[in-house]
Amino acid sequence: MNAHDEERIKKLLQQSLPPVLPGRESGPEPARDLWPAMLRRLDAEPAAAAGALRRNWFDWALLAGLVVFAASFPATIPVFLYYL
Amino acid sequence: MPQPAGNVLDQFRLGDLDAFESLFRAHQRTVYGWILRIVRDPSAAEDLTVETFWRIHRAHQRFEPARPFEPWARRIATRAALDWLRARRPASELDESALADLASRPTGDPGIAAEIRLKTAQAFARLPPRLRVAAVLAVVEDQPHKEVAAALGISVSAVKLRVFRALRLLRKDLESQGIMP
Repeated sequence: MNAHDEERIKKLLQQSLPPVLPGRESGPEPARDLWPAMLRRLDAEPAAAAGALRRNWFDWALLAGLVVFAASFPATIPVFLYYL
Repeated sequence: MPQPAGNVLDQFRLGDLDAFESLFRAHQRTVYGWILRIVRDPSAAEDLTVETFWRIHRAHQRFEPARPFEPWARRIATRAALDWLRARRPASELDESALADLASRPTGDPGIAAEIRLKTAQAFARLPPRLRVAAVLAVVEDQPHKEVAAALGISVSAVKLRVFRALRLLRKDLESQGIMP
């Protein structure tokens, strides 16, 4: 694709997808105040973080159990590795 | 847009909600406008603005108050918009009515038929999201390459390469439909 082709396809693209509110210095703005939605999202965040913490705790407990099991019965390690 | 006072940025970094609200109110319009340019869907842009500021809030400890807030916010917004584009199926990116609306808008060149504009918009929607974002910002929205590069976290030459690849793929797609741009 040469420079001439590139310019033509650029022009076609600009004609097909006009810019969002061209020429307005202030730019587009949301139709509603987004702060209430932001607050709802922030309120939901601690719950999500707590859930992640619970999952995290469970993951670590499971890993610790596996390590203890592997230390107690080292012969099972190759079996675990085979099934991984 | 004026940068917020350093004190607000310092407070934001410490997790102060009032400082975060100040930043949100000062920058939501800019962030929304940037996202709208990428996703071209006002409702999705509103949701993604909230998502962006949620990511900003989550990352407050990583923010460096010595650096300007807006480029950092724009980079997070671009990543959120890109995630949204990737999560959507290409066919539903721009539905038929939206494309028809775009294609029927008066443009500077009446010589380009509405059908060709529609097919071009459809072909553009089929491009890989990372190429599309670079092309829509640099070509359609005419944003400086440097700004696009900063928002995407890549070099200016990488932006130029992505735009070139996007245009080449677009041309191939149109040619396969019998349209010679």
